[in-house]
Amino acid sequence: MYSHGSESLIKQAREIQESELQKFYSRLVKLLQIKELGHETLDSLQKLHLILSTNKYARTLPPDLQKRLLLLLSSPSEQLQVLSYAVLRETLPSSGEELNTIQENVSQLNTHAAALLISQAGSRADLSDLCAQLIRGLEVRPSEGPSRSLMFTLPVLRSVLSLSPDCLTEEHVTAVSKKLVDWLRYASIVQGGGASSGGFFTGPRSRQPLPTAELDGSVSGDFFTVLCMGQGFTEDQWMNVYSFSMLRHWLLSCHSVSSGNCTMDAASRLQLSLSLSHSFSNDDRSEVDGSVVSMVSATSSSSRLLPPKERLREKAFQYSQRLIEQCDRKAQKKADTELQKACMVEAVCILDCVCTEDPSMVFRAFPSVKALFGRLSSDLSFARVLLPIAQFYLHHGEMAAVDCESVWKLVFGRFPAELFNDPFLAHELLRFLRQELDSLKLRAPEFIRFLPNLLKFLAWDSAAVVDDFVDLLPSLVTEGTAVEMLHTLLDLPCLSATLVLQLRSMSSPISEPSSRGLLSLDAFRNPSFRGLFLFLLRVETGSGHTIDRLSTLHDLLAEAADWPRVVRCAQTVPVLLHIYFNTVVTVADEKLLAHLVLVMLERSSLLLAIPKYSAEIHRVFSCHLLRLCKLRPSLVVDQSHELLEFAGTTANVYSRKEVYTHVVWVLGEYLSVSSDSRCSVTLITSCFETLEAVLFEITSSAPPPDTVCPAPKVITTLMSALAKLASRSHDLIPRVSLFFSKLRTAARSGPVAWCSDEDDLVAIVTRGEELWSLLKLPGVAQSVLTPPPHVITPRWHRDTNLAVPLQLRLLTRLTQPK
Amino acid sequence: MVRCFLIHTVCPVTALSSGESRVLYSRLFGPDEAVLSEQHRGLSPEERRLLQKEKISVVARQVRSAVSLCREASGRQPVDALPGDEALVLQDADCGVVRLRAGDPFSQEVSVLWLAVQSLGFTLVCEPHENLLLAEGTLRNLTRHCLESLHMLGQGSEVLLKSSRIDVLLSRLLPHGQLLFLNHRFAQSLEKEVAAYTSK
Repeated sequence: MYSHGSESLIKQAREIQESELQKFYSRLVKLLQIKELGHETLDSLQKLHLILSTNKYARTLPPDLQKRLLLLLSSPSEQLQVLSYAVLRETLPSSGEELNTIQENVSQLNTHAAALLISQAGSRADLSDLCAQLIRGLEVRPSEGPSRSLMFTLPVLRSVLSLSPDCLTEEHVTAVSKKLVDWLRYASIVQGGGASSGGFFTGPRSRQPLPTAELDGSVSGDFFTVLCMGQGFTEDQWMNVYSFSMLRHWLLSCHSVSSGNCTMDAASRLQLSLSLSHSFSNDDRSEVDGSVVSMVSATSSSSRLLPPKERLREKAFQYSQRLIEQCDRKAQKKADTELQKACMVEAVCILDCVCTEDPSMVFRAFPSVKALFGRLSSDLSFARVLLPIAQFYLHHGEMAAVDCESVWKLVFGRFPAELFNDPFLAHELLRFLRQELDSLKLRAPEFIRFLPNLLKFLAWDSAAVVDDFVDLLPSLVTEGTAVEMLHTLLDLPCLSATLVLQLRSMSSPISEPSSRGLLSLDAFRNPSFRGLFLFLLRVETGSGHTIDRLSTLHDLLAEAADWPRVVRCAQTVPVLLHIYFNTVVTVADEKLLAHLVLVMLERSSLLLAIPKYSAEIHRVFSCHLLRLCKLRPSLVVDQSHELLEFAGTTANVYSRKEVYTHVVWVLGEYLSVSSDSRCSVTLITSCFETLEAVLFEITSSAPPPDTVCPAPKVITTLMSALAKLASRSHDLIPRVSLFFSKLRTAARSGPVAWCSDEDDLVAIVTRGEELWSLLKLPGVAQSVLTPPPHVITPRWHRDTNLAVPLQLRLLTRLTQPK
Repeated sequence: MVRCFLIHTVCPVTALSSGESRVLYSRLFGPDEAVLSEQHRGLSPEERRLLQKEKISVVARQVRSAVSLCREASGRQPVDALPGDEALVLQDADCGVVRLRAGDPFSQEVSVLWLAVQSLGFTLVCEPHENLLLAEGTLRNLTRHCLESLHMLGQGSEVLLKSSRIDVLLSRLLPHGQLLFLNHRFAQSLEKEVAAYTSK
């Protein structure tokens, strides 16, 4: 598709010489002077566009060429319009006067010229002017046929409104709202355009216009909508389509334009809408109808009394209701079925918008939304339509006193479990969660129960949705979910692998022997392991934090460690863990934090064996272990038993050295009376003995087979920890000193089995000597190795010792002559 | 509203570093947001144009990385197709959506829908409250028209040399970035106009 030819074309266009370019310009000017439209002219214009657009830096065209191109914008030939627009949008804007001349005759403006004016508008004022003129063009209908600007006026207004709502004044909004009402509700219901394919209709009967049809072929019984068909279309039917296409956005941004000076108060509005509810589909024009009860004609005329914005809202409501009805019909073409889905989404969103602005409409809207939910909830192919319905329930369910539980069960319970691999549904559901988080916490707080389900989106396509979870995770971490969340995040790659297996299991027949070594697929289908996988695939929290046979699960999924999806998932886990820990310290009490420390210790060896995954997780754990203990130093004394058990296991020095180092450091730093008064001499001694034993073991012999030498950092940390403990209980100092002297002797006598690098050995021995000499003065050692809190927290000017020099320096500087 | 429509490469290009994408066609809709923002008020028109180009290349790069991750994860590599296979190729195409945060690169959050047909990506950048079902349908329709009228499954470079056809297509099916609810009759009528232009 993308070939060398294209690449070389771009290169040529970029590297064109200035002289060649100037020649090209002059040739083009000559070509444009010829009246007839030749192929050469069009090709040259296209080439010019290519040359200009492939360059990042803008060029200025020679003024005469620029002028000619601007004139071409109003040419009757669309080809010239398009090409001149394409060229001009890649150049710098011309001066205001030239643009103004185009803008003057707005009714003759074509869509391409309008696009240029919009894209090169230099200020809000310019945009405002253009909009004002276009709106004027809407209202004034020249007698000599439709104005060309009609078709694109609404899209232009919409595009300006998107970025700059204050370009429209209240009068503009009113004028446009009035026209929208006409087009939406009163477009003609007969087919327009006439039979374009000649010869089909013959005779006088052909002159009678046919009514428009519904998507299933039956004749339309009500006003025209986007779901009505005909052989040809009249202009107001086109405007119906354009109006509906921008309706929602118009309703949303309209109220930001005016300052809300609504002439009706709430009471009269309620009265009107209640009376309007009786005249549901009344045509306002048929007010003079003898058979109709006077109340109806009174209500139909009363809708005329509504200000334009309220009237538009009412018509938008009716249009949406009609669309929802029309979507029940079976369309003849597949493309139309897709359109029906999109229309349902739009209709429900418009109802939501309208009901938010005018809550009295909720009672009228709810029945049809509820019926739609009932119709669609069992069919998963309509999942994306059910999301706006859920949003409607969220916003207005309380007002209508409707029970929404079935909605949440569907949206949070079924959709993620069965449709996790639909990228669009994932995007929309997570966006819904993000935007409505506060509402959900208030009105449907039980959504947090479905946490394991929501994480399936993350496990399946981490790269696409990790950004959403970065935003959502802080709200999902609560006291109740903290522990389960930690386990689930750590096993996210396992969930990823399981989801892959689930899909594969559904698509490949059971009898087929697993090809390419898919032992994991066999395991997935094996009934004795079913429980493990079912736990991972659970929908709600509450069935336990994790499983006992986790290591079995990891073994079964071992071959998944190089599946791309699993690897990507594993890459996002550390980031999310950081966010998790940052959040959990704000919501957890000491007991929970203690539990989390234990989980960290336990899980550091219970991870799926993906390359680099363990190392990354250990790094995260180490970082946060440190932070937790710094925040709550008494945690160390509390959990000293478990921490010592971890630190006393020599194997951990080799297999989990990062975490081990930090556990030892934490023990050394915080196992003291100043952190927690419960810390006894016995505790310090037993900790000392545990660490001493490990240090002796690793520095007396070669490491076990198949392991590398212990990292120097582990050894120095152990030494520092021992020194710190000894400084708190001076009886231990002789034992430490003995060790350091033995170490020095051993190092002097030649290379040692437990340290391969000579520089490392020197560093270790140096550190040992520093600590040894420090411990010779126990008092000093104590203040250096276990400094009291007021020394380590900086007090700056509040510290009398520090303050005097600072004050003197300040005074000197002030009093010294410049 | 759709903020922009792009056609760009999603395969490695020798002249570029990996991860970069060559933009073959780009069209921004609506006023330039740099004109309306406080932050960029002082920029000259030239700088504003440069800023727009940079924003477009950011989007192209993001989509390129999303496409390669998606293809890697699913394990499917695109199979070469011949002209005439457009419908099949479209059915098999990878598709997805990326969320770009506010400020990176557009001033508000956008949803970027992409459709990757072999070595090229077709991308629509939509505002947050857009009807994504409609956007997806429109994107598929646009892609189909581009593939057919510009013979993109062949080795030609018409996407560069006949870009005005895409401009006309957009002016009918996506006027000024407005997504349209078109049933098949309305769509046929517009497509006839586009075909009439293309045949000239």
